[in-house]
Amino acid sequence: MIEKSATEMAAALQSGELSSVDLTNAHLARIDEVDEKVKAFLHIDRDGALKQAEAVDARRKAGEKLSPLAGVPLALKDVMVQKGIPTTCGSKMLEGWRPPYDSTVVARLKAAGVIILGKTNMDEFAMGSSTENSAYFPTHNPWDLTRIPGGSGGGSSAALAAFEAPLAIGTDTGGSIRQPAAVTGTVGVKPTYGGVSRYGLVAFSSSLDQAGPCARTVLDAAYLHEVIGGYDPLDSTSINAPLPQLVTAAKNASVKGMKIGVIKELQGDGYQAGVLKLFNESLEELAKLGADIVEVSCPHFEYALAAYYLIAPSECSSNLARFDAMRYGIRTGEGSAEEVMNATRELGFGKEVKRRIILGTYALSSGYYDAYYGSAQKVRTLISRDFEQAFEKADVLVSPTAPTTAFKIGEKANDPIAMYLNDIATIPTNLAGVCGISIPSGLAQEDGLPAGFQIMAGAMKDDRLYQVGAALEAALLSKWGAPILSKAPKLGAK
Amino acid sequence: MSKISRADVANLARLARIDMSEDELEHLSSELSVILDAVARVQEVAGEDVPPTSHPLPMTNVFRADENRASLTPEEALSGAPAKEEQRFKVPKILGEE
Repeated sequence: MIEKSATEMAAALQSGELSSVDLTNAHLARIDEVDEKVKAFLHIDRDGALKQAEAVDARRKAGEKLSPLAGVPLALKDVMVQKGIPTTCGSKMLEGWRPPYDSTVVARLKAAGVIILGKTNMDEFAMGSSTENSAYFPTHNPWDLTRIPGGSGGGSSAALAAFEAPLAIGTDTGGSIRQPAAVTGTVGVKPTYGGVSRYGLVAFSSSLDQAGPCARTVLDAAYLHEVIGGYDPLDSTSINAPLPQLVTAAKNASVKGMKIGVIKELQGDGYQAGVLKLFNESLEELAKLGADIVEVSCPHFEYALAAYYLIAPSECSSNLARFDAMRYGIRTGEGSAEEVMNATRELGFGKEVKRRIILGTYALSSGYYDAYYGSAQKVRTLISRDFEQAFEKADVLVSPTAPTTAFKIGEKANDPIAMYLNDIATIPTNLAGVCGISIPSGLAQEDGLPAGFQIMAGAMKDDRLYQVGAALEAALLSKWGAPILSKAPKLGAK
Repeated sequence: MSKISRADVANLARLARIDMSEDELEHLSSELSVILDAVARVQEVAGEDVPPTSHPLPMTNVFRADENRASLTPEEALSGAPAKEEQRFKVPKILGEE
């Protein structure tokens, strides 16, 4: 049962064939069996999960009408606060902290009866592309345990690929949902900026951060997106408009007559040959389904990475000022408040976080502000204009999600620039606030590892991601004969 | 080639309130120089006439009704504090000797 989709699990729960307690226990047993190897979870809330499951079973038994995903388990990225449950953001800074409130995403999951199994590992404060920057331990890719599961949401993607949970929550500032999905053979969606509340999401870069659904199928992601998405008065950047019909879009999978724009600048140099081959094969599938494939140019995308690595560190240098050793988190050192603060931040932050805080402090400092942060903001305008022009020519835009398959743990750890290149195809979406999805495109010929196909749509056009994504997913499934994860190593076999 | 000296990094670390060892300062100054060279490309395309974008949504001020609503209790708000006293955060000395 744990290898089924969330939608299938939900159907079995609704028909009474299965109880949520049994389903939750099956996932907890799977976690016991494989998480020693995968290391997807930082914290497992066994008792809390079973209590939630019992409550859902009781409500169902009483004949209550429940939300479609009621009783289905989920893994929560550790950047999202959950009342009373340790929330570390993968940092020593917050070791032992238990938040006094629920984020809006968690409140909505609880209201929908979704069972939260625990908190997943991540790069510290979501800064990274490999989950190696976790202050606790790296997470291992279920396809090959010597490789990274992507990042920053590598715990969530690995949990899905290892069948430890059928659903997960991620957050995507420059690709942290989509790139982990690509390298683990799973599905990940970065919603339109403002489409899912940021209330209770520990901020990294507020103008870019966006929480979203992670799953093994497009339809599952659509159901989860509908649970967590929509207007929230507690987030002043939440869009006050109804969500598009995402589940309906996923069920009406069709691309007939749609214009699909291939972004010229997001391929070629730096992209692995096998990843590009799979990308082109997916395009052929879409063409066979009746889509009109056109080429579009986004000339300023080549500056996106540079702009991102100024804007995100600048915002992070400001956001992470809250970790001051006074109100929550660890405290160390002697002397004045300033001395304690300096010592605590030295001890509590890891290498990459410090690197970005210092870079951001530099980019925002007087004398350099215009040249760095100011110029990056202008590039952001140019990238948004590129998107606007491209969306005049195409209904959705596509590219490979990440330039390569999963690399070895440790391979890029000492080369920040090489690490940053992982996000080259995902960052433009965040800068412009539009939406994107990654779905598996197959296994690369060089290494037999999964790659991702990215679909992007305009702001509040998230339904198109699901419509096109589900159509491609169905075409590839019939070509492969079985879901991609059925080809992953069976971790449980001892 | 941008050149960020060790003294520059030390000053930035002081502004960012992070103690750093000599090794860390040395390492970061060479790393930051490389990263800044890579990101300085943004200056190539950003013309005078291009307005900056600070945020993807065209929003100005967002207000809510000025009404009381539920909030954390003092105990909840203080639950994660490293030190507390009489419903307050207890902090080390902030002001220097006069």
